[in-house]
Amino acid sequence: MRIRAQIGKVLNLDKCIGCHTCSVTCKNVWTNREGMEYAWFNNVETKPGIGYPKEWENQQRWNGGWVRTGNGRVRPKMGPKWRILAKIFANPDLPQIDDYYEPFTFDYDHLQNAPELPASPTARPRSLISGERIEKIEWGPNWEEILGGEFSKRSKDVNFDGVEKEIYGQFENTFMMYLPRLCEHCLNPTCAASCPSGAIYKREEDGIVLIDQEKCRGWRMCVSGCPYKKVYYNWSTGKSEKCIFCYPRIEAGEPTVCSETCVGRIRYLGVLLYDADRIEAAASAEDPQDLYQAQLDIFLDPHDPEVIAQAKKDGVPAAWLEAAKRSPVYKMAMDWKVAFPLHPEYRTLPMVWYVPPLSPIQSAAEAGKIGVDGEMPDVRNLRIPVRYLANLLTAGKEEPVVQGLERMLAMRGYMRAKTVDGVIDEAIAERVGLTSAHIEDMYQTMAIANYEDRFVIPTSHRETGEDAYDLYGSCGFSFGNGCSDGISTGGMFGTTNKRAEEAAREDA
Amino acid sequence: MGEFMNTLVFGIYPYIALVVFVVGTIIRYDREPYTWRSGSSQLLRRRQLIWGSVLFHVGVLIVLFGHIVGLLTPIAFFDAIGISHGAKQLLAIVVGGVAGVFALIGATMLVHRRLFDPRIRATSKFSDNAIISILWLQLVLGLATIPISLGHLDGHEMVKFMSWAQGIFIFDTGAAGYIADVNPIFKLHLFLGLTIFLIFPFTRLVHMLSVPLRYLWRPGYQVVRTYRRRERGNAAGIPSAPAE
Repeated sequence: MRIRAQIGKVLNLDKCIGCHTCSVTCKNVWTNREGMEYAWFNNVETKPGIGYPKEWENQQRWNGGWVRTGNGRVRPKMGPKWRILAKIFANPDLPQIDDYYEPFTFDYDHLQNAPELPASPTARPRSLISGERIEKIEWGPNWEEILGGEFSKRSKDVNFDGVEKEIYGQFENTFMMYLPRLCEHCLNPTCAASCPSGAIYKREEDGIVLIDQEKCRGWRMCVSGCPYKKVYYNWSTGKSEKCIFCYPRIEAGEPTVCSETCVGRIRYLGVLLYDADRIEAAASAEDPQDLYQAQLDIFLDPHDPEVIAQAKKDGVPAAWLEAAKRSPVYKMAMDWKVAFPLHPEYRTLPMVWYVPPLSPIQSAAEAGKIGVDGEMPDVRNLRIPVRYLANLLTAGKEEPVVQGLERMLAMRGYMRAKTVDGVIDEAIAERVGLTSAHIEDMYQTMAIANYEDRFVIPTSHRETGEDAYDLYGSCGFSFGNGCSDGISTGGMFGTTNKRAEEAAREDA
Repeated sequence: MGEFMNTLVFGIYPYIALVVFVVGTIIRYDREPYTWRSGSSQLLRRRQLIWGSVLFHVGVLIVLFGHIVGLLTPIAFFDAIGISHGAKQLLAIVVGGVAGVFALIGATMLVHRRLFDPRIRATSKFSDNAIISILWLQLVLGLATIPISLGHLDGHEMVKFMSWAQGIFIFDTGAAGYIADVNPIFKLHLFLGLTIFLIFPFTRLVHMLSVPLRYLWRPGYQVVRTYRRRERGNAAGIPSAPAE
């Protein structure tokens, strides 16, 4: 047993209102630069839909994630190492920028500079890559917002597998949910595995997966390797970039920007202890439907004295062990089992988990239109098909999702009985395998969701890792080689590079 | 070409080019690792890149290794293993010719894409346009030497180039003299080749030095970096000398 700690994350989709505050604040901090205009380290998709980039979940098309081979081991779906290297001149599994969207700006100046016209001037879109006019914007990071577009296109969503999807195209039966997505900071990241340069690494002390910008050579295999399509190639610097889990903030004990600014309080950050020696075995489980349980099995109980002793021996700081005991992520994933990994069948062992959303059911149940199991409505009658959620979160295995949803309904029932009727109904908790203490804690964490309950982040111990003396006089965090930004604005012989934004100033 | 010019271009210029190549590359690797990349534009436009890039790279790598082996292997070695100059000349023409045509087709597609695709044109730096154009021209010149070589299949012209190239590396002051009387096409090809060495550190060509073959025997798949300080000389972890 070799114990490592990671700051894990849970997103409570039941409370996500799809406001995109997470995406916008993240964008403003991290990707508001040339070459990264199209990249959203965090984006919010409306499901069902094909998402951003188009059909990112369709691994028949993009070859992301891992596959289990005949000998019981896993290798990247792109192919064995020699096959990945053979794609280095031209990578057939790489999306083109149009699969994300061509970044654009608008001719805002025209609104001020236009001569007198019979009609009001308009700001027309212009490409941020070529500087040329875009007559029609065809796609964006949020194109399917609130079920935008035709059902025939959106229904290519692979999570419809095993669902009679045609009926959900009818207005009366339609359903939707929001899915905020970011890098999963996997235990078994395919991006790192497929990087020929070895530039992508997982930090031992907090599990954050980063790309070494000085070692990245732009072979762009990571973009294909990541099944969540959360590694982005910066076309300006020729390097790949990805969500850095706001590590400068995490190190200081602060939540990531997306978590901090989430107005719905749906994001949780907390320590998870896991056994690093069992990662490969867990990722290699034969049946994809066992992968969720396999990942649960490598998480370790922070209250277990043996685990604590071993973790100390393996160098996990004491403050981290204390934080692990109060981790909201551990509670939701392990104690209450209401949070699930995103697409465990990719065998990446993702570390950003999701609480599935409840959907309208109560009023219909009260009207006697759907089945009621005891006093609780049957979650199989939820508007969002359980099978759809299971395809998203548990490789199609419905039982864990059903249990999670039932526990969330039980929490509502219990609290309603308590606050409206003034009755403590222990039976509700027992029916879903919990105690009233569990339910009260769930309510506090998931419904009230106070700041200190959502974010239990121990500060990192940099003093054990580096000398402050070495950093004296250095440039700290920068987008480039320390103090140099690494970008020459002039050409080799002093010419200037015509930029798209300059071109945008002139309008026909 | 006068003897002075010949000595300047083929006796002195090679050293200038090679020194800039070596020193410039080391400085860039050390000072500007952030700029060290392949500079792929596949994300922006896939069309024409798949075929163009594969044909170009495969062709040009064969040509490159052919030149290194062909020019720098001591003549005595070929004599010892019984490969006649004529046979070697023929091998060079056939392999180099086929690979060169591949590379030229690929380079033509890439030049066309770079100059005429609006996205690629707008995001190209001067050095990107310059290097692909120079390589295209160099491939044309290289292929243009084939008809000349067909005129002396006994390989005696080829031996001149081998003597020159090896002479440069053993500091033979008379190296330039070996090729004083070769066809001007060859001389142009050599001059441009040396120029490619000269500008190498300032272009995206540096990515060829980072060919990630080590990936094939990198143990396992995952890379984990530990934060904990490695054991140093003194237990307190105080550096023995302050950094910069």
